[in-house]
Amino acid sequence: MISWPNFVSQLFNGLALGALLALISSGLTIIYGTLGVLNLAHGAMFMLGGYAGYVGYQYSGSFVAAVAAGAIFVMILGVVMERVVIRHFYHRPNEDQLLVTFGLGICFVEIVRLFFSSQSLSVPPPPLFQGITNLGFMYYPTYRLAVVGIVAIALGVLFLLLYRTRLGMIVRAGIEDSVMVDSLGINVDRVFMVVFGIGAMAAGFAGIVNAPVVSLTPGVGDDILVETFVVVVIGGVGSFPGAILGGLIAGEIISITSMFNPSYAYVMLFAAMTLVLVVRPHGLLGAAGRE
Amino acid sequence: MKRLMIEQPSRLAVSRRQLLQTAAGLAGASMLPAGLMPRAFAEDRPAVGTFPAGASGSSVFIGITVPRTGTYALQGEDELKGYELAVEHINSGNDLIKQISPKTTKGVLGKEVKFGVADSAAKPNEAVQAEQRFITENKAILMTGSTSSAVAVALNKLAQREKVLYVTGISGSNDTTGKDCVRYGFRQCFYGQTAAAAIGPIIVKTFGKNKKAAYLTPDYTYGHTVTKSMTDYLATAGWTTATDQVAPLGAPDYSSYLLNIANSGADVLLNVNWGHDAVLSTQQAKQFGIFDKMKLVVPYQTPFLAREAGGDLMSGVYAATDFWWTLEDKYPLAKMFVAAFEKKYGYKPEWGANNAYMQFALWAEAVEHAGSFFPPDVIKSYEEGRKVQSTVGEVYFRKEDHQLVRPVIIVKGKAPKDMKNKEDYYDVVEIVPGEGLMQKPDAFGCSLGAYT
Repeated sequence: MISWPNFVSQLFNGLALGALLALISSGLTIIYGTLGVLNLAHGAMFMLGGYAGYVGYQYSGSFVAAVAAGAIFVMILGVVMERVVIRHFYHRPNEDQLLVTFGLGICFVEIVRLFFSSQSLSVPPPPLFQGITNLGFMYYPTYRLAVVGIVAIALGVLFLLLYRTRLGMIVRAGIEDSVMVDSLGINVDRVFMVVFGIGAMAAGFAGIVNAPVVSLTPGVGDDILVETFVVVVIGGVGSFPGAILGGLIAGEIISITSMFNPSYAYVMLFAAMTLVLVVRPHGLLGAAGRE
Repeated sequence: MKRLMIEQPSRLAVSRRQLLQTAAGLAGASMLPAGLMPRAFAEDRPAVGTFPAGASGSSVFIGITVPRTGTYALQGEDELKGYELAVEHINSGNDLIKQISPKTTKGVLGKEVKFGVADSAAKPNEAVQAEQRFITENKAILMTGSTSSAVAVALNKLAQREKVLYVTGISGSNDTTGKDCVRYGFRQCFYGQTAAAAIGPIIVKTFGKNKKAAYLTPDYTYGHTVTKSMTDYLATAGWTTATDQVAPLGAPDYSSYLLNIANSGADVLLNVNWGHDAVLSTQQAKQFGIFDKMKLVVPYQTPFLAREAGGDLMSGVYAATDFWWTLEDKYPLAKMFVAAFEKKYGYKPEWGANNAYMQFALWAEAVEHAGSFFPPDVIKSYEEGRKVQSTVGEVYFRKEDHQLVRPVIIVKGKAPKDMKNKEDYYDVVEIVPGEGLMQKPDAFGCSLGAYT
């Protein structure tokens, strides 16, 4: 008893949902691929992007300014965090890295709660993208359509940065073999700082772009973090195209499953992740040996 | 997926002879009217739970767990304010407390009330761990808190196992005083069955018979039982369920559920989601244009929903709730409560805070009436079915399932232009008396369990 209009709607919605997941996940996967640090504060940085954007919006009334505020604030925070804390953990065991990023994440969330309380806050979409669009086969919030475009552009910029610049070349080389990059005399230390900043910026950018879709609470990043991990695992740890593919797959799984039985939407997501781990332990587009 | 599993190891190795002796003693004691018992005897009771250790000093301790993080954080903080105000009033012998608990002077049985607070994040395991710690380390004589029925049910079980009283915070599931009821647990607030029976007739009157309903249901005991109660009631008026969208607690996005609803052909959307989930799903439903096609009903109102959802989202929407501050026009105690709360915290109290306040006040009343902290005596005091004054008029506990018999308040959201002040979000359209709303005490499979 599939209703075709609903199926097409869900297919489309999966794409929109997946695009956003792809953007958040790309930041996580770039950092992990290059630095080997699994940043559990990534969800909190996504949240901070939303709040920084909210503050920016309150002062300027401009959505563009809000996006800039969200992205730049979290990028700066990322750089500071890397210089002050994270870099001391590169040579420490993985569990130390997990603990320190997890702890930082909690601190960020609670600091925000201290200043903004747990009350939901809203950032309205830009006037151009308010309202609902009739796509013929469905009605869809205009801003969500815009998000697909915004994310596509952002991912395009990230792609150019990673695949068409010297920095990107070093980053990708670092993902494949950071020891070799180091021994070739490249200042890996500075590259790491920049990579962490870019990864954080992707999270912050996603946070403020997502803000008009959801209402902001200090916990907004916690739930998304889990989904982001699933995306990274499905797509392949450290793989930028993998994050995009994983994001789209995750979005479609949630949407399509919910059509049949919504309570299984997240079960199916984890089932898919398990399947990928069994069949292709390095993810769909990941390569063996990356760490 | 979120089924609750609480181990209940039998920790007390009691011989059959001891058990018989205790039972015989209790049976004998229960024949004496509580008022006739000399105080000295009351303090010679056998050890039950944290009694007498928890009641032997100059103060007694209450363990509170509310969600301060996660989806229900805002409601948890509000609930906590209600508890704090109640403790302050109890310890100072405030007039409001004396109206509810006439025997109160200062403190409870002259003992100062102290409390500890832990964050449950609305998770049963975290709440149970925290309360277990309060029992072990602080000899808590009373436990409270929950804004999730999953937590309430878990703490019910802990209370019965540890023989320490538990008064629920917010809990809307039928199970809390239904199949998961316990001798040591008491609930003040309304729940799925009474919500459905109270708001159902208004829904049918407003929207007509033989309509199609869509549900947004959170995937745990609260959501399932509230949706079931609503479905059952509306079926009697020929309503059918077009779709029931079950989502996990704290879902980050509702778009796929909302598309299913948009395509379901329903006339009315009943949003059972709670806390931030209710805010987010209602806002997103608006984004998806759902309210152009169908009307919204909120069967179990979330504190701050109208304020958080913003704009005119709740305008014209019917909701069932436990308390709304404009009841101060009708009930003198509500007026005192709203005034005291607003003075201390700077805003009008929501129903979570009122529920919390009343739970402590009713506990103080029950203990004062029993004249002892001995848990079986306090429970029997609750079970007498004594009429007590509250912020919503006269109420009493039903002895068979420990559910307070109290009215359900039906409110209707105001349009922003009609609001007389910034917190004037709702009109109270009906105060539905409690008795007629409740199921038969055993209809949901309640079996209270033992006193000791």
